[in-house]
Amino acid sequence: MSEPILKAENLKKVFVSGKKSFTAVDDVSFELMRGQCLGIVGESGSGKSTLARMITRLVGTTEGKISLMGRNVTHVKGKELRSMYQEIQMVFQMPVESFDPRRTLGDGIGESLRNMGMSRRETERRVRELLQRCGLEPEFAGRYPHQVSGGQCQRAAIARALAVNPSILICDEATSALDVTVQKQILDLLADLKEKEQLSILMICHDLALVQYFCDEVLVMYQGKIVERGIPDEIIRHPKEEYTRRLVDSVL
Amino acid sequence: MIEEKQITVRKQKIRRNHMKAKLIFFVVLTMLLILTALFARAVCPYDPYEQNLLIAQKPPCPEHLFGTDRYGRDMLSRVLVGSTTSIFSTLLLVAIITILGTGIGIACAWKGGIIDTVLMRISDLFLAFPGLVFALAVAGVLGGGVHNAIIALAVIGWPKFARLARGLTLTQKNAPYMMAAKLSGSSTPKLLLKHVLPNIAGPVLVTSVLDIGTMMMELAGLSFLGLGVKPPMAEWGSMINEGRNMLQTAPWMVLAPGAAIFVTVMIFNLLGDTLRDYMDPKQRNK
Repeated sequence: MSEPILKAENLKKVFVSGKKSFTAVDDVSFELMRGQCLGIVGESGSGKSTLARMITRLVGTTEGKISLMGRNVTHVKGKELRSMYQEIQMVFQMPVESFDPRRTLGDGIGESLRNMGMSRRETERRVRELLQRCGLEPEFAGRYPHQVSGGQCQRAAIARALAVNPSILICDEATSALDVTVQKQILDLLADLKEKEQLSILMICHDLALVQYFCDEVLVMYQGKIVERGIPDEIIRHPKEEYTRRLVDSVL
Repeated sequence: MIEEKQITVRKQKIRRNHMKAKLIFFVVLTMLLILTALFARAVCPYDPYEQNLLIAQKPPCPEHLFGTDRYGRDMLSRVLVGSTTSIFSTLLLVAIITILGTGIGIACAWKGGIIDTVLMRISDLFLAFPGLVFALAVAGVLGGGVHNAIIALAVIGWPKFARLARGLTLTQKNAPYMMAAKLSGSSTPKLLLKHVLPNIAGPVLVTSVLDIGTMMMELAGLSFLGLGVKPPMAEWGSMINEGRNMLQTAPWMVLAPGAAIFVTVMIFNLLGDTLRDYMDPKQRNK
């Protein structure tokens, strides 16, 4: 394997409010290779989502370094940050809330393309194409988020994330809000992208079975720290850490 | 089941159509008011400033529907011409405080930190003053006149909008879709114009329409106290003041501009109420 597409070194995030401070993510390091799927599991409050937001620079990083394709992006701003979003994209936990309620799904999906300077007509064409690729009728471009179901909205959200042809896709509990059949369809879509386009996926979720099915490697997070890492099958069969054991037991 | 659903959908539709009709009704009334204010000089039957002491203090009659004042000026003409000053200065005032307040509120919410603290403490300061008293002080320092009355009321009027816009922006700022928009590579001005503004515009607009009535009364109040419009210029507040002394002998001199204020304020308030009902997301059928 060549060098990792995404590299996180000793990431730390401390939230300060008044005199109290809270360490949400503590000394987390990992590497993501091209076409690899890395899973991050842990209970709620374990810092998974914060980690995802640090990597996408939606929240600042207190300590540590994030490298994207060998470039240090820990503190990039403005234009550089926006160009970084052409490589890294994210699908959020709440599909409906992740779209502007006053704009159509098509507007949301095409927003990044318009920002890149694509013409209106070309954007429209591309949006329809993306929707179809994610298993939605092109007519969905004209719908508003409250007019479609959660599953449809999540597919539109994936279409939005894929609009810029990113190298890395972060799924923050992207399938948790969906029912099982829709979940399967979305996972199939992601697997397909991973296979065909060498998309690297960072899959954040609390569902061990899903991770086992989908990921090449898994990190177990507990109270902001990585307590265990390895191949999903092995971790589930032979958990080394006490916390992982409890996590596995609680599922099976 | 399906039938029931169809009935509810139909009911919703009827209610919405009803609301739409109501909204259109008030919009038309408002347009009429504004048109009157625009073309007051053209539609008024007499010269509102021409004095004719021979017909002074005439009660309402077919020639002078609202009677005449102590200088024999036609009240109807004066009320019509007065609408120009009253309505446009109010609209200007409300526009100023809406834009200024909303701008400051958005900036506070977006930037946070020291800017937020300082601006919000300043707005607290202005909110703590009793409105009309402060306006009196400002008008007193700057002198009378419509412009100064507008400045005085604008100074105490903006914090309300700043608070409202700040609160609304804060909820939008932390909404998941804002993160998605950031990830789509939208710059801050784009985020503010395309996402924040459209999402907070509804409540802000409704508040500003509802504020028109209040502001009109306050402006008229300042004029009544002699700090707004200077005589002989026709304005409802100052006209009431002129007629005040003759309330017992010539009540129409107070009643005519009073009724004008009452009707105008009511129309703007009802427009605001209807607009609020109409924009309420719960009323929107899916």
